[in-house]
Amino acid sequence: MARKRRSAIGRWSRRAIITAGVMTGGALVVGVAVRPGHRAPRLRPLVEEDDEALLNAWVKIGLDNTVTAIVPHAEMGQGVHSALAQMLADELDADWSQVRVMEAPAHPEYANYALGRGYLLGEAQVPALLVDTVDGGFLKLSQAMDLQITGGSLSVRATGTHAMRVAGAAARDMLIRAAAAEWIVPKDEIRATASRLAHSPSEREAPFAAFAAAAARLSPPFQPRLKTPADFKLMGSSVARQDIPAKVDGSAVFGMDVDPALPDMPRMRVATVRACPVFQGKVGEVEDADALALPGVERVVRLGDAVAVVGRGYWHASRGLAALKIRWDVGDHGQIEQHDVFAAFDAALAEGGAEVEVAVGDAETALAGAATKVEATYRVPFLAHAAMEPLNCVAWVRGGVCDVWTGSQNPLGLRAAVADALSLDERAVTIHNTYLGGAFGRRASYDYALQAVRVAKAAGVPVKLVWSREEDIAQDKYRPACVSQFSGGLDASGRPVAWRNRYVNKHEPAAAPHIPYDIANQRIEHASSPTHVPFGVWRSVDHSQHGFFTECFIDELAAAAGQDPYRFRRDLLRHSPRHLRVLDAAAEAADWDAPVPAGRGRGIALVESFGTVVAEVIEVAVADGRARAVQVTCAVDAGFAVNPAGLVAQMESGIVYGLSAALHGEVTITEGRVRQSNFHDYPVMRIDEMPRIETIIVNGGGPLGGGGEPGTPPAAPALANAVFAATGVRVRELPLGKHPLRAGARA
Amino acid sequence: MIEFRVNGAAQRLDVEADMPLLWVIREHLNLPGTKFGCGIGQCGACTVHLDGEAVRACITPASAAAGRAVTTIEGLADSGERHPLQTAWIDEQVPQCGYCQSGQIMAAAALLAKTPHPDDASIDAAMRGNICRCGTYARIRRAIKRVAGPPPASGGENGA
Repeated sequence: MARKRRSAIGRWSRRAIITAGVMTGGALVVGVAVRPGHRAPRLRPLVEEDDEALLNAWVKIGLDNTVTAIVPHAEMGQGVHSALAQMLADELDADWSQVRVMEAPAHPEYANYALGRGYLLGEAQVPALLVDTVDGGFLKLSQAMDLQITGGSLSVRATGTHAMRVAGAAARDMLIRAAAAEWIVPKDEIRATASRLAHSPSEREAPFAAFAAAAARLSPPFQPRLKTPADFKLMGSSVARQDIPAKVDGSAVFGMDVDPALPDMPRMRVATVRACPVFQGKVGEVEDADALALPGVERVVRLGDAVAVVGRGYWHASRGLAALKIRWDVGDHGQIEQHDVFAAFDAALAEGGAEVEVAVGDAETALAGAATKVEATYRVPFLAHAAMEPLNCVAWVRGGVCDVWTGSQNPLGLRAAVADALSLDERAVTIHNTYLGGAFGRRASYDYALQAVRVAKAAGVPVKLVWSREEDIAQDKYRPACVSQFSGGLDASGRPVAWRNRYVNKHEPAAAPHIPYDIANQRIEHASSPTHVPFGVWRSVDHSQHGFFTECFIDELAAAAGQDPYRFRRDLLRHSPRHLRVLDAAAEAADWDAPVPAGRGRGIALVESFGTVVAEVIEVAVADGRARAVQVTCAVDAGFAVNPAGLVAQMESGIVYGLSAALHGEVTITEGRVRQSNFHDYPVMRIDEMPRIETIIVNGGGPLGGGGEPGTPPAAPALANAVFAATGVRVRELPLGKHPLRAGARA
Repeated sequence: MIEFRVNGAAQRLDVEADMPLLWVIREHLNLPGTKFGCGIGQCGACTVHLDGEAVRACITPASAAAGRAVTTIEGLADSGERHPLQTAWIDEQVPQCGYCQSGQIMAAAALLAKTPHPDDASIDAAMRGNICRCGTYARIRRAIKRVAGPPPASGGENGA
């Protein structure tokens, strides 16, 4: 196509492509595409073709000299929009006060598909590579272009490193070359500072914008030079997050708040829904006469496994739903109790045939010959995400097209799922992503949005589907319950020589059950025991349970060896300076050896997840049979902290999420359904339980690790180990609140 | 028909008397800063002021607001100037996802209006009805103290 000839496309490395173009009026736009093979293998199925290049970051330099970072990840509280813009702006040498993060859905120019598309394409001078992606439903430049999954703590370490920095450096290089050509000076003599270019010998200076159009006509650099840490100006500094002002005055727009105004759009209705409380069950009969007789109730929509009521507003829809008489076909699962789930797990573990994932040395022989043998079984419950914003989605389906407004962790996947559900071409589906009122993994699933599009299609008008909190708890995708059995062996000197672990139901990441400790004989294996309870990714995924299991059991080995649990770990980490350094940093900051008052105890735990190593020391106070975390000392090595304050905030958040689950979190199954329904029976941590948290950043200098999840896994084991130190009671089952504790008791 | 004042302006609305104030505010007055979180007064995301008192709008019927003054997060700032708590919330970089923060700020504002220099126990008592799943509690405490200063009698200590 003609556009292609105007594009300037350069290659960068084997895995990325840089493109550049000029937009109407002369703004420069630079995009970086990263090949999908670059990403985690589990993301690959979402990509259409193996070698397809997908844009995943852009920078736009406008005529007013503003720099707009177009980021491909959802903002759900982790501060990713600002952190990614920071990485781009640093490489560009942009003036941070003139850097904007493009949040397409919240931007008035992007509220409308046609407008947004026109804005981006301008006179079609954007490179063809970009055009194709934009045309694909305008699919959110902001989120997307790429695999746009926000999860796996990937945003900063993958997108930031491989795309945002490259885009910034490439744009800078092009601007400097354009200025060199116009000023007729060597490009090496031009300096970029605060969104301006200067040539000192000739005393010339001009803003970036003066060269934007000329730069767009140049070929992008083959391989732009990235800064070394010594030259970082913004990376490594705690710049304020850009999304915060709108979050203190009520103006930030979450999915719950969307009230779209596309041309010719009818008035939006509100719906609420109830799915069969027994998972995999169906709707039997629905008597809806009483509901439809209520004022403001307009329609009842049967969805196969759920029933929705559409009304003038949420209150009307909610009253309508309550007035329905629904008979459910609960299927085969209506008798299942929580103890049945655990009994099935125990049976699966007792059978042979587990799949071996780690086999080092000979654990069986080493156990048989061990001077001391320790055995323990741990179990954890199902958990709900319970993000503050109940699930919701606005959809408008008409004339072969569909617009969806929601907060999604995976808008590209959502688009495909919506297209599939409506039998539409993907290009007919537009996803407008919003701020997420928390998600923690829940909004990586599409179920709620697919309900919304089906209800909207049936209603023929735009519909906002809002789940009640009760529905949110009862129809979550749950952190799986799990049982994990351990046998450990110590030699006569107290050194561990054998580690055997068998657990049920492996998910991701694959390394979650693996330990960093130098134990010569290890066997780790898993059995399969499927449940009818839907699985979901929950902040840190499998690390959330295996962090607890492995870090408590290593503590048990330390106790059996009569050794200090910190030094015991230390001795087993001599081969791994990175882990050792983080462990030491936490212990030192927590003043590990200082005595604690009666009724108190300190526990320690160390978990590597998503490329980041975190150690936490927790001090608990036990009184009236109840443990309370008083102080948490956290050390984190994420390679390099792009925004140290942001990393600290993510550690605090991850710790609270982990402690909340460890202290209170429990979803139980009764008659095949979830017993809990709202915050009164699914309690979470409140402010009066909040410990002091101190976070020490260890910039180890390795590859960037994640920030959103790694704070969570060490929290539960450090807490349980602290309870042991305070009381002598080993907590092998969560939540902790289930077990009355006694200070000074001995197991 | 219910008459009341919202953020200083007189309102006359034709809504059912038992409709929760939350939905009147969000859907009839188009003030979406007040959030729906639980619907049973457990989480505090819907906190607004009714004649200066913090109430949970999700369990307050519209009729209870008749003849009274409602303040929402949109009306907390005084003639365009941020409320000191809003400034403190930015200074301490409190919000993460941000969904609960309207309710947190409204609860804190009601506390400070009554108790200008709360100690930690008073802060916990006033704020424990407001859940934050991102775990910003320590920053919430700091932001409140930044505005309030120390309690007159003694300097609170355990505020993280």
